[in-house]
Amino acid sequence: MIPGSFEYHSPTSLEEAVALLGQHGDEAKILSGGQSLIPAMRFRLAQPGILIDINGLPNLEYIREKGKHLLIGGLTRESAIEGSPLVQERYPLLADTARVIADPLVRNMATVGGNLVHADPANDHPAAMLAYGAEIMVHGTNGARAIAIDEFFIGLFETALAADEILTEIRIPTPSTGSGGAYLKIERKVGDYAISAVAVQLQMDGDTVSSARIGLTNVSPTPMRAVEAEQSIIGSVGSADALEAAGKAAAAACDPSADLRGSVEYKRDLTRVVTKRAIAKAIDRAKGGQT
Amino acid sequence: MSHHSITLNVNGEEVTGEVESRMLLVHFIRENLDLTGTHIGCDTTSCGACTVLLNGRAIKSCTLFAVQANDKSIETIESVANGGLHPLQEGFWEKHGLQCGFCTPGMIMSAKQLLADNPNPTEEEIRWGISGNLCRCTGYTKIVEAIEYAADKISNPTSEEVSS
Amino acid sequence: MTQLEDRFEHHSPTPEGSSAQVETTDKVRITTPENICGMGHRMKRKEDPRFIQGKGNYVDDVKLPGMLYMDIVRSPYAHAKIISIDDSEALAMEGVVAVIKGQDLEAAGNLHWMPTLMSDTQMVLPIDKVIYYAQEVCVVIATDRYIAADAIEKIHVEYEPLPAVVDPREALKDEVIVREDKEKPTNHIWHWEAGDKEATDKVFAEASHVVKVQIYLPRLHVSSIETCGMVANYNKVTEHMQMYMTSQAPHAHRTVFSMVSGLPEHKVQIISPDIGGGFGGKVPIYPGYVCCAVASLVTGKPVKWIEDRSENLQADSFARDYHIEAEMAADDNGKITGLRVNTISDCGAADAAANPSKFPAGLYSICTGSYDMKAAHVVVDGVYTTKPPGGVAYRCSFRVTEAVHMIERLTDIMAAEVGEDPADFRLKNFIRPDQFPYKSPTGWEYDSGNYEAALKKAMEMIDYRALREEQAAKRERGELMGIGISSFTEVVGAGPSKDYDILGIKMFDSAEIRIHPTGKAIARFGTKSQGQGHETTYAQIIAEELGLPAADIQIEEGDTDTAPYGLGTYASRSTPTAGAAGAMAARKIKAKARKIAAHLLEVGEEDLEWNVDKWQVKGSPDQAKTIQEIAFAAYTNHPQGMEAGLEATDYYDPPNLTFPFGSYICVVDIDTGTGEVHVRRFVAVDDCGNIINPMIVEGQIEGGLTMGLAPALFEEIVYDENGQNLTGTFADYLLPTAVESPKWELGKTITPSPHHPLGAKGVGESPTVGAPPAIANAVVDALSHLGVKHIDIPITPDKVWKLLRDNGVTD
Repeated sequence: MIPGSFEYHSPTSLEEAVALLGQHGDEAKILSGGQSLIPAMRFRLAQPGILIDINGLPNLEYIREKGKHLLIGGLTRESAIEGSPLVQERYPLLADTARVIADPLVRNMATVGGNLVHADPANDHPAAMLAYGAEIMVHGTNGARAIAIDEFFIGLFETALAADEILTEIRIPTPSTGSGGAYLKIERKVGDYAISAVAVQLQMDGDTVSSARIGLTNVSPTPMRAVEAEQSIIGSVGSADALEAAGKAAAAACDPSADLRGSVEYKRDLTRVVTKRAIAKAIDRAKGGQT
Repeated sequence: MSHHSITLNVNGEEVTGEVESRMLLVHFIRENLDLTGTHIGCDTTSCGACTVLLNGRAIKSCTLFAVQANDKSIETIESVANGGLHPLQEGFWEKHGLQCGFCTPGMIMSAKQLLADNPNPTEEEIRWGISGNLCRCTGYTKIVEAIEYAADKISNPTSEEVSS
Repeated sequence: MTQLEDRFEHHSPTPEGSSAQVETTDKVRITTPENICGMGHRMKRKEDPRFIQGKGNYVDDVKLPGMLYMDIVRSPYAHAKIISIDDSEALAMEGVVAVIKGQDLEAAGNLHWMPTLMSDTQMVLPIDKVIYYAQEVCVVIATDRYIAADAIEKIHVEYEPLPAVVDPREALKDEVIVREDKEKPTNHIWHWEAGDKEATDKVFAEASHVVKVQIYLPRLHVSSIETCGMVANYNKVTEHMQMYMTSQAPHAHRTVFSMVSGLPEHKVQIISPDIGGGFGGKVPIYPGYVCCAVASLVTGKPVKWIEDRSENLQADSFARDYHIEAEMAADDNGKITGLRVNTISDCGAADAAANPSKFPAGLYSICTGSYDMKAAHVVVDGVYTTKPPGGVAYRCSFRVTEAVHMIERLTDIMAAEVGEDPADFRLKNFIRPDQFPYKSPTGWEYDSGNYEAALKKAMEMIDYRALREEQAAKRERGELMGIGISSFTEVVGAGPSKDYDILGIKMFDSAEIRIHPTGKAIARFGTKSQGQGHETTYAQIIAEELGLPAADIQIEEGDTDTAPYGLGTYASRSTPTAGAAGAMAARKIKAKARKIAAHLLEVGEEDLEWNVDKWQVKGSPDQAKTIQEIAFAAYTNHPQGMEAGLEATDYYDPPNLTFPFGSYICVVDIDTGTGEVHVRRFVAVDDCGNIINPMIVEGQIEGGLTMGLAPALFEEIVYDENGQNLTGTFADYLLPTAVESPKWELGKTITPSPHHPLGAKGVGESPTVGAPPAIANAVVDALSHLGVKHIDIPITPDKVWKLLRDNGVTD
C-alpha cells in the first residue's frame, strides 16, 4: 500500500506552520506522529495534497508542572508520557492511558496532541482529558487561545480547532491531595482500540467522593463524558450500590455501535462493568492505594 | 515540493538520497540503500517487521516518510553486530528465538531499545516491550528467553552462558 | 441437499502391516558425540547467522537489473458482471509499461483459467464476471512500485453487481450460481463419504447415550509474516523462465507452470529462496503468480510482484470454513461406540484446496481420534460460495484440525452426559497400547501410540486433581475457572504413493547427498523449509547415519534446477518423507563406504561393523576407516571396478503415514464482568516419535500452540452479507502478540514410528491441531455448571459475556 503524492513542508517555527495552514486551508494536513495519518494515506483513505510536518517545530515536546497545571507540549510522544516519573507519581490516570495506546513502537512516534486532534472516539486520550477537565491550547494565524476540553470534541473526527490552528499544549489541572484517577481499557488484544474504556478522575473528602469526572472511549460517535455517572458517584462513599448506579448511568448514557468488537448490548454492559471498576480503582488510589 | 534531497546517518555512515515526499522510510532503506534486513509484513502499522531505530528509538519504518528522517540517525539490523554478534543476536541463536527469520530483525531492534531503557526487564516487561512485533512461528516463549539471555549477558559480560 | 455424487470414496488410506507395538520412553536417544551432532542433540541452527544479521534472502530482497513492478486491480464486489475495463488513463501514465486483462490472457493461450490442485479450475483474470471480493481483475506493470500503485487507481472498471452468496447452506439452494462456467448449474461441488453407514446407524440405534453438537469452524488465514510474491525473469533469447517465488512446493509448481503455459519444463526454473513462514498459504498457485510470469514473458524483463498484507488476507487461500454436525454414541458403561458426522465444506469460488487428489476433505476421516469405537460414518459436501477459493492447512495436515476439534469437543460433551470426569472418560476410551497396530473404523491403520501415557503425564505435570479441587472451591465463591483437555491424534507425512498424489504426482520425497573428497558434504532435498530448520535437522539426520559432523554438511532446497524432485513442505511431511529419504540415501552411501573400507583394510565386508563414524573390523576396533578417510579414498583410491565418488539419491515412498499424538491440558479463568478468557496455564505433552533436534521440536510446538491459541480466542475471517471481508487487515484479523500468548509448559513422551527409518513422526502441526479444543473445552468446562455445552471458536469476550448474562451471571 503506497500513499498518493503530496507536497511536503517542514516548517521550523510555529508561525511558519500556521501561515502554511492558513495559506493552504483544507488541502493541507498536519503531520505529527503520523501513526494514524500515514496508514490512512497508505490505503488512500486520506489523500492530502499538502503535508505540513510539525515534527521540526521547536519547544513542543515537554512534560512539566507550572502553577497548578501539568503542561504537556503538543508534540510530546506517548512514550515520553509513559516513561515520565512525574506522570507516574502524580497523574496515574494519564500514566494508565499512555501505557495502553497502540504498542511501544507506535508510542515512540505517536503524539498526545495528534491523539486528541484526530478526535477519534476510539482514541484513548480524549476520555482521559475529559476526565481531567484539561484545557487545550491552540495557535492560529490570529494568535493563541485556550479551548476547554468539554468544548473541544464536536463530532466524529471533528474538533473546535479552526482550519489554521495547531494544538500546542495540553494543560491538566494538578490533582490535589485526596484525589485519584484511573483508566481501564478492555481490548481484544494489545494494540487494539478499546471495546470500551473508562477514564475516571475524582476527589475524596474523607470517605466521600466530593467531585468526579468520567470519560468514555469508543462507545459513542464523539468522545464523551458520562455526566450522570459522575453525579451518581459524587457524594457517595463508593459503596457497591453507588458503583453499580454509576455503572448503570454510564451504560445508559453511552451510544455504542455494533462491530467486530461486540454487540451494542455487550458494549453497554461492559461500560457498566468497567465504569464500576475504574471508579473503585480511582477511589482506592485516592486513599493511597498503589495499584 | 514533492521531491527532496535528504541527508541522514545510517548505521554510522552519512548517506544522501533524492526522494519523493511520499516515499516510506522502509522503502528508502530497502530499495535505495539495499539494506534488505528490514522487512515489510503489513500495511497497518501492526507487525513491526520494519522496526529500526530512529535517533535511538525503535519505530516502524513503514509509518514514517523518508523525508522525515532528514538529518536524523537510523540504525538497522545490519549495524547490530559490531565486531562480533551482539548479545541479542547470540540470544536469538542460542535460545532458538527465530524460525523463518522474517520478524527477527524487527524483534531484535525492538529488544535493543527495550534493554537500553530497562537493562533487567521481567518476563512481563519483555512481553509488553515486544508487543508491537508479531511473530507467527515461535510462539514468543523462546524470543522472551533470547532477550533474557541478552540482558544477562549485557549485565554480566564476563560470565558464561546463564541458564534461563 | 442435491443428489450429485461427483465423488464417492471408500478409501483405505493406509496399508496394513506398517504399524506395530513399540515401547514408550521419555528419554531422547543420542548415539553420536557432540562434535558430530547427530539425532537428539540441541544443535544451534545452521541457518540462523544470516537471519539474525539481516542477511536472509527473501523474494522481496531479489533485485534484478531493469526490473519492473506489478500491482493488481481488485474487485470491490463479491459477485458482479464486468461491463467494461478502461485502462487508457493508466496506459498514458509515464512509467506504465502494460496492463494485462483477462482477454489478454485468453489470447495468450487460454491462460485466463488455471487448474487448481484439486483438479477444479480457477480464474486467473476474469472476462465476464468476478466471483469474490478482492478478486484480481487486471494487473498493471510499471517501472516503479509507486507508479504501479498510482496506475491501478486510474483503471476504471464498470461493474453490475450480482447477489452474493456467503453461507454455503444458502448456496446449496442454488438460487445464486457462483460458477456459471460449469456444465451443471449448481453450487454443490462434491460429495464424499468414509466409514460404514449401516454399521454406524446400527451402533446408534443400540446406544444408551447419544450426544450431538453443531460446530462452525470459521475461516482462518495463515498470515505468515511474509506475504506472497514473485520475481519472474524471462529471457527471450534463451527462452529460460526463472521465477523466484514464495513456494512451499517448488517442483510441483514448476510442473504445473510448465503444463499450463506450454513452456518446456527444462526451461522453467523455480527458486524458492528464504521463505518468511508458510503454514500452507504458499502451497497454492495464486493468480498473481501467473500474471507476474506472463508479465515477464510479455515484456521480456524481470517483473516483481509482492502482495500487500491486505491483499494477502483478502484474496489468498483460507483455512477451515467447515460447518459440522456430529453425533457420538456410547453404551451404558460410558464406552464410546460410534461417531456420525455430516459436514459442509465451504470451498469459496473454486475448490482450490491443497489436499491429496483422492481426498477432497483431506484426512478429515481421522476424526475418530484417539478413541476406540465400533463404527463411524463421515459425510462431507463441498460447496461453492462467492468467497475467495481455498482452502489450505493453517499449519495442519489436510483438515485434521477440523476432525480433532470435533471429536475432542464431542468427547467432553459425552463425558458430561455420562457424568464422568473428562480425563477419566478419555482414559477409559483410549485405544490401548496393546491394540496397535490399530485399524480405525474409517480405514486408517495407526502406526503406533500410547495415549494413556501422554495424558497421565500431562495430568501429573499440571496436578490435575488439585485443579479440580480448586475449581470446586472457586465455583462456591462464584469464580469461574475451567480445565480443558485435548488428547489428539494427528496423521502426517503424506504419503504412500498408492493413495497420495497431488495432480497425479505421487507424494514421495527425495534427497541427494554428495560427499566431497575432504569429507565435507552437500545434500539437497525436494522439500522447502519456511522456518522449520531443515538446514539443521537434515544435517543432523545425515550426521546420525554417516558420522559426518552436521556442521560439515551443507543443506540446500528450493532451486528446481539443482534439487531432486519432491512434493515440498506442508502437512508435517518433511521429516517423515524427505528426512527418511535423507536417511536412506545416507545408508546407500554407508553401504558403498563399507566396500571401500573393506578394500582399504583388506578384509571382507562382512568382517566390518559400523561404529558412529567409521567402519571397523569386528573384534579389532583399532583397524578402522573413518567416513572422512573413506570419502577421500572414494576419489583417490577406490577399488577397481567400482564407480568413483561417494554420493547417493533416494526417492522415499513412505509405507504409511505417521500418527503423532499428545495430550494438552489448559486452565482458564473467566472474568464474569467482561467475558474475557485468560489462559492461566497450558501443559502440552507431545509424542512425535524419535526426536532429531529437541530444541527445534520445542520451537515447533510452542509456535504451533500459539497458532492454536489464535483461532481459539482471536482469529476469524468475517464477511458481511454482501461478501465483503470485514477482517482484511491486521487491525481486525487479530494475531496474538507476546502479551496474549501464555508461557507454554512442554512435556514429552517418545513412541517411535515403527515404519520410519529414524522412528520419527513429524511435529510442526500437532499443537495447532490439539490446542484449540483444549482451550474451548476449558471455557465450556468453566461454564458447564450453567448448562453450557458448546461454544464456537473464536471464543471472544462478547460471546462469553452473552452466555454469562443469559445464565444470570453478572458482575
